[in-house]
Amino acid sequence: MLTPVVDVDGAPFWEYAARGELRVQTCADCDEPRFPPRPCCPHCRSFDHEWRPLSGRGRIWSYVLPHPPLLPDYAEQAPYNVILVELADAPRIRLVGNLVSEAGARLDSVPADRIRIGARVQAVFTPEGLPQWVLERP
Amino acid sequence: MAPMAVLKDATAIVGIGQTPFAKQLPETERALACRAILAALDDAGIAPDEVDALASYTMEETDEVEVAKALGLGDLTFFSKVGYGGGGSCATVAHLAAAIASGQATVGVAWRSRKRGSGPRPWKNTTVQLPTPAQWTRPFGLLRPADEIAMLARRHMHEYGTTRDHLFNVALACRNRANQNPAAIMYDRPLTREMYMTSRWISEPLCLFDNCLETDGALACVLVSAERARDCRRTPVYVHSAAQGLPAQHHGMVNYWNDDPLTGPAWTAARHLWKHADLTPDDIDVAQIYDAFTALIPLSLEGYGFCARGEGGAFTEGGALEIGGRLPLNTSGGGLSEAYVHGFNLITEGVRQLRGTSTAQVPGAATCLVTAGEGVPTSALLLRN
Repeated sequence: MLTPVVDVDGAPFWEYAARGELRVQTCADCDEPRFPPRPCCPHCRSFDHEWRPLSGRGRIWSYVLPHPPLLPDYAEQAPYNVILVELADAPRIRLVGNLVSEAGARLDSVPADRIRIGARVQAVFTPEGLPQWVLERP
Repeated sequence: MAPMAVLKDATAIVGIGQTPFAKQLPETERALACRAILAALDDAGIAPDEVDALASYTMEETDEVEVAKALGLGDLTFFSKVGYGGGGSCATVAHLAAAIASGQATVGVAWRSRKRGSGPRPWKNTTVQLPTPAQWTRPFGLLRPADEIAMLARRHMHEYGTTRDHLFNVALACRNRANQNPAAIMYDRPLTREMYMTSRWISEPLCLFDNCLETDGALACVLVSAERARDCRRTPVYVHSAAQGLPAQHHGMVNYWNDDPLTGPAWTAARHLWKHADLTPDDIDVAQIYDAFTALIPLSLEGYGFCARGEGGAFTEGGALEIGGRLPLNTSGGGLSEAYVHGFNLITEGVRQLRGTSTAQVPGAATCLVTAGEGVPTSALLLRN
């Protein structure tokens, strides 16, 4: 499986995720969250930021079910789901992730017919520190 | 005064050229580039040593030095490469038009040569993946352009009732035109609704026939001033308007992190394109719209103003995209059924339509919209004869 190729701006996201925390970069001056992480706020151009914790709640905005040809580790689990989660605390940020039956489960662990746009989801984390999502009402 | 009008009809495409298209061609990308450019110059009746400007894509691997040296071009005074893959196709012509209109050059060549059919799939490369935004998408198995666009397609279906039949209408129109075009890879292979609906998935909701071909091939075109074009051997095809578009807070193929992911670069390019044109969408006789995926067509139809937001799927109904329909589409077969060479075949087909030499000619076509990749920083041309 591919692991995140982390850059300087994104590193804190992954460090918090490794501790089981979902945080997004937020401007320390105008309070606007932004994603992906960047050096400068596009609203007020401030370079000061902080990493604000989120509730980890969101709704599925869209999803796809990839089929081969895929990279081998992914082909083995195909068809699996990739969901886009609109964050309850920051609706303009939609995180890419996977809907799973429980933290650390396979990418195909939720039957495709259980996936609905608008469904409420909650962030969980794999042992490797990758965020995943479970249905609030499975 | 009036610098706004400096590009309008100031330049014309006077030559087009291409190699055969195939899943696998024996020659190198460099050799294919040379053949396509020479064919375009021959079509124009212009000698290679008169060329003083080149434009291509940043993904083009045959650079200006190689092309100029191999073909014996003259001294180059303008050369430009445009980024963002297929989003750069029309911008190559736009950059040449700006250079020629502003006196930086006199004879420009734009080209694309690519062995995407027999060469590697870019998404399979895991060693040089971009740190941003790949870290936010690829670990979760959003690996390919098809996956990234399928995400927008699913949302469009959810919000606006766009259906797989709408996407089939796009695939069918392109295939029908390819069936009229002997140069098209899918020339002798008709498509039926049953074939489409029962084909394998690539990334649900997109199936095999929603995806473009994988092609080896090269194409080129030659641009000169309108004044010089009148002395060339072919009917000049004027660059009436040209635009690039990178919307505020846009994020490429994974445009998920802004207010409205379904308002893509087409909207930005369109505003500029129409602002500088004497034409409106109602005046367009034929369109060559970038079709790496069928789902880009509804998004582009909305962005370029052929219908309202959300109506791009419904627009395809009733044969609208066929010859005789409201907006004949991709009349050589497009990326879906002629060849996928980063959209350059859409430019050359636009030229053929306005010369009256298409294999699926729209009677009396006088205006053509050509677009580059939607979903990435894009570009577009309005051509007229």
